[in-house]
Amino acid sequence: MERVPILKLGDILIISIQIDLDDQSVLALQEDLADRVVSAGARGVIIDISAVEIIDSFIGRMFATIAGMCRMLDAETVVVGMRPAVAITLVELGLSLGGVRTALNLEKGVALLDHLGDRGTPR
Amino acid sequence: MTQDGHLAISGNADLVMVRQQVRVVAVEAGLSLIDQTKIVTAASELARNALIHAGGGRVSIVVVEDGRRRGLRLTFSDEGPGIPDLDRALTDGFTTAGGLGLGLGGSRRLVDEFDVASAPGKGTTITATKWARG
Repeated sequence: MERVPILKLGDILIISIQIDLDDQSVLALQEDLADRVVSAGARGVIIDISAVEIIDSFIGRMFATIAGMCRMLDAETVVVGMRPAVAITLVELGLSLGGVRTALNLEKGVALLDHLGDRGTPR
Repeated sequence: MTQDGHLAISGNADLVMVRQQVRVVAVEAGLSLIDQTKIVTAASELARNALIHAGGGRVSIVVVEDGRRRGLRLTFSDEGPGIPDLDRALTDGFTTAGGLGLGLGGSRRLVDEFDVASAPGKGTTITATKWARG
């Protein structure tokens, strides 16, 4: 099993998925991230999937789980960099990723988190 | 890969192997990037189904031609318990394994031809074909 590194930038945690995720790595990431959000006092989590070639229902569900989990730990999650072919496939598969915020790229993801932080009360 | 061109599905790491191999053959078959992504995603769902519901299985990945066009055909087979009620199993949201219930119905939407042969106690064979668009 490969572990996905979690980087810290200020009060944001950044995860860039560069490997072909197997199910065990997905579950390990969820657990590692929950610990890091608390220990780092993070207010935002960005998951960069620009290198991810496919997302199936298991991986898709991970994003929803992570977003829900982080919200409970007082952090917002943004998934950034989804490839167009992945977006088309997810919709056809029937996975809408409701409740998961997305942004086109890392820069816009950081801007979105800043915006949410400024407003104080996230949507 | 075994000698008869089958990939074994017996553990989590095999899902990654299946996805990678399907991608390679999808490129060979001339599928577009979007169609490659769809068939690889369907393969991932079906391989996981074989793993979860039957404890494992195997898949053959072949390039097919019908005279006008090329395509990619995946045949997943397992010797698991079979699917008692196929109509229900194909319904979105129906799950017996605690998942999202999108595997079978979602895979069917992602490919051009989809066929399930299954009977209780006799295992399951699923054939999924994606054609390259001219």
